[in-house]
Amino acid sequence: MWILELPPFVPFFIGALFAAVTRGTLRGAIMLAIPIVSAIHLWMVPEGVYLQFAFLDYQLIPYRVDKLSLMFAYVFHIAAFIAILYSLHVRDTVQQVAAMLYAGSALGAVFAGDFLTLFVFWELLALTSVFLIWARKTRRSYIAGMRYLIVQVLSGVILLAGLLFYAAATGTLEFGHIGLEGISGWLIFIAFGIKCAFPMAHNWLTDAYPEATPTGAVFLSAFTTKVAVYSLARGYAGEELLVYIGAVMTCFPIFFAVIENDLRRVLAYSLINQVGFMVCGIGIGTALAINGAISHAFNDVIFKGLLFMSMGAVLHMTGRINGSELGGLYKTMPKTTVLCIVGAASISAFPLFSGFVSKSMVMTAALENDFNWVWLMLLFASAGVFHHAGIKIPYFAFFAHDSGIRASDPPKNMLLAMLIAALLCIGIGVYPAALYALLPYDTGYNPYDATHVLAQTQLLFFSALAFVWLNLRGMYPPELRSTVLDVDWFYRRLFPTAIRNLVATISKTDGALRQAFLARLNVCLAYLSRRHSGPSGLLSRSYPAGSMVMWVAVLLAAYLFLGFIRSV
Amino acid sequence: MLAHLPILQVIVPLLAAPFCLILRRALLVWLFALIVSGSAFLISITLLQQVLASGTISYDLGGWSPPWGIEYRIDKLSAYLLLIISAISTVVLLAARISIQKEIPADRHTLFYILYLLSLAGMLGIIATGDIFNVFVFLEISSLSAYSLIALGKDRRALWASYQYLIMGTIGATFILISIGLMYQMTGTLNMEDLSRRLPEVAQTRTLFAAFAFFIVGVCLKLAMFPLHLWLPNAYSYAPSIVTAFLAATATKVAIYLLIRFTFSVFGISFSFTALPLQTIFLLLGLLGIFVASTAAIYQENVKHLFAYSSIAQIGYMIVGYSIGTTTGLMATLLHLFNHALMKSALFLALGAVIYRIGSAQLSAFQGLGRQMPFTMAAIVVGGLSLIGVPLTVGFVSKWYLILATIENGWWPVAVLILLGSLLAIVYVWRIVETAYFKEPAASIGQVKEAPLAFLVPVWVLVAANIYFGIDTRLSIQVAQAASQSLFGVAP
Repeated sequence: MWILELPPFVPFFIGALFAAVTRGTLRGAIMLAIPIVSAIHLWMVPEGVYLQFAFLDYQLIPYRVDKLSLMFAYVFHIAAFIAILYSLHVRDTVQQVAAMLYAGSALGAVFAGDFLTLFVFWELLALTSVFLIWARKTRRSYIAGMRYLIVQVLSGVILLAGLLFYAAATGTLEFGHIGLEGISGWLIFIAFGIKCAFPMAHNWLTDAYPEATPTGAVFLSAFTTKVAVYSLARGYAGEELLVYIGAVMTCFPIFFAVIENDLRRVLAYSLINQVGFMVCGIGIGTALAINGAISHAFNDVIFKGLLFMSMGAVLHMTGRINGSELGGLYKTMPKTTVLCIVGAASISAFPLFSGFVSKSMVMTAALENDFNWVWLMLLFASAGVFHHAGIKIPYFAFFAHDSGIRASDPPKNMLLAMLIAALLCIGIGVYPAALYALLPYDTGYNPYDATHVLAQTQLLFFSALAFVWLNLRGMYPPELRSTVLDVDWFYRRLFPTAIRNLVATISKTDGALRQAFLARLNVCLAYLSRRHSGPSGLLSRSYPAGSMVMWVAVLLAAYLFLGFIRSV
Repeated sequence: MLAHLPILQVIVPLLAAPFCLILRRALLVWLFALIVSGSAFLISITLLQQVLASGTISYDLGGWSPPWGIEYRIDKLSAYLLLIISAISTVVLLAARISIQKEIPADRHTLFYILYLLSLAGMLGIIATGDIFNVFVFLEISSLSAYSLIALGKDRRALWASYQYLIMGTIGATFILISIGLMYQMTGTLNMEDLSRRLPEVAQTRTLFAAFAFFIVGVCLKLAMFPLHLWLPNAYSYAPSIVTAFLAATATKVAIYLLIRFTFSVFGISFSFTALPLQTIFLLLGLLGIFVASTAAIYQENVKHLFAYSSIAQIGYMIVGYSIGTTTGLMATLLHLFNHALMKSALFLALGAVIYRIGSAQLSAFQGLGRQMPFTMAAIVVGGLSLIGVPLTVGFVSKWYLILATIENGWWPVAVLILLGSLLAIVYVWRIVETAYFKEPAASIGQVKEAPLAFLVPVWVLVAANIYFGIDTRLSIQVAQAASQSLFGVAP
């Protein structure tokens, strides 16, 4: 059965090839068929190590199947199918091909059994996804894409440096638990962290995702950060540092999200916030916490995809995405409104929606392991999520003041894609056992006991109350045309300005020095030209060969000198 | 017959060169040269097998036993280099006939093949011989023919570039000759084996230090090590494309072989690495070379110039590997010799195909070529990826060992610098990719056709080798490792 040994990225890459040469309905059919066929194929693959071959002195394992990779592979297939369906109307070949390659690279990364394969797919993720940003074809998106690419490639280079140290220290490249020991552990941690949007390294995400095309953002939200979460789960499960990083990640984006106007940027911030829950779960490292982190990643791909799709639909139909310019769309886009609310309810972890069954696992694990302060931060973050993602997104887009825009519901393929995602959100929320069966550990966890349901409902209730009260009193940050300053201000404004000033000063001094020097040189040359009648020969012809010989003489003199010193 | 292979390796191309004059017809001469180079390739394969199976081969020229007569001595290192050079020469010759049609006047075609064979014979001779004066003779044969080959270039600046190369090359060769003379004066022998036994007796004399200094400077000129690289960019850029592809892949490699051979087998490791602070100097100059040349490459407007500067940077990597002074470091250098020969011959040959079609190597002329010459441009992209050191290409393998060697030695800042150097390579390769694939073709250039098969076949043979040896590394690593271990005197 050689076919079982076919890594899942292969069908996607073949699909990309077909997408490049076909057009229209045929391309749509092929692209939709690939995740389905590949998923059926994947369903039949049992656990265990598959492909491996020797390279240099190492054993490479380009395809390794275990529960952790399978879990991510399943959700990547679902996400790829939904996103492809959602972008079926797009005629831009570059975007379609890039999307297929991007999804394939993500699958390759989660099945990579060694660091080298991981590195290859890590860089491919960056290279393929950037076209989804550039495809918007605006100056802004080009520059944002460039920044995104630089950060992502940098993360790859750090990963490469880390794996080189790892190979030198351990003599193996197998991708297992790494731990924060030695320079290799830290370098790889930083590389994963950049892709995971750790605080201070998160700006590439909020910078680039909102600049992507409406369909591109759906792909982007599903893969890159989840691959990083997967890598952390495999390499750094149980590192306590991750608990605190995760907790910070859940909290700080809330403040930015509440004041941000671009609704897709709000979603980008809330993406960091959700990834924070996963990072936190990985850091706690118990079976329950890891289960929580993974299942939350699973759910997040779907509900965050749904929210990005609904905002993409708004952007697609109206051409606008700023909260201050939208509102009142529920009258003409009723279906999108309902679907968006399902996504919002899921991300806010309403009971009976998918977010609830996974997020509560991480929080329970935090309590069980005496991370009480972290638990409080997560609690605050849950309330915050409800604020900015659960209420703000649907409220400002579809309700609030009537903006007068009368856009209709988006095309059928977009609606259908959103519908599938919404059904999955509800399905998992109502029947979580299906999801739990796929998890790596069996913990017998039940989300629907009185404590969880009551605590979450209370939290949501009070959070909603706060929003209503703030809004009625006019104290809620209004949606204004504004630019939110984040850490990236340092490298986008401060450093360039500082460097520009520095360079200006240096070049001024340098210019003055040069002038003085040139004046001297001219005097010398004038002297020489008087002596040799005509400096043109001196400067134009013999100069290059002469300078080469000068270097020869300099080096020879230096070597002789050094040699004689030694010999004495 | 088999016993005479070491001399046949050199003498076949050497005698074939004047024989070309009798054939006269360019097509016949091409076929003849191809057969000669091909048989040199076959001989080198046999020699490598023999050396790997039964150890170093010593051949007494004319039946005079060394150290009185001239000895030809093939060990693992020389067999490895012989293989690289004769293989590249053969593949490049495949494309020669079509390429020189447009770049060299018809009446000089025969001359071109003669010079090519002489140059090949010279390089093979340098590697095969075990006699240091013989080294000088072959060095002059290969260099003089190389100057004339470069001067054949269509561009009038070729003459100037060739003249500069002549001046610098002659200075380098003279320095090497001075060094040889000084050694002869001190020991009375020219045989490498014999020298390595006698030199330690006079190790503390100033004459020997002077000989060493002259040798190092001379050989660094030949291998275009920064800052003695100034002759290289023009010489490579204005030479005919075939000559560039051939010389870029072989000439500097032979010079590096000389450096390794003299420092390890003649002067001896303990002398070479203590007479001068050689490791420090080479490490610094190697790293500087990587950065200066890569940065210079970024700003070039002519793609030939660009790759020429990148060659200087790649030599920097080899020098860094050499300067580490461990078996892994030397192995990285030897691997990079092999790998860089593959990359640069593929790249310059593909450039030759572009020049064949559009008559220019200016970057601006590359606009839109991605669509018009898809196979040629794809070859340049793969070659470029290999230059950067992307996994699954040969470039990755040698960088990997180079970085491992630096880490083993605890020089991790050097490892970081090497990685940064690779980032510069990304920039200059990207400039070509961007121009060729993302810019519309210039209106002034009409429809451009894909390069003819006579170009595509050799180019893709080399590209395939770039990928094949990036995945199946057994041959290159096994031989490079064995050669490096035997040079250090470690039992394999």
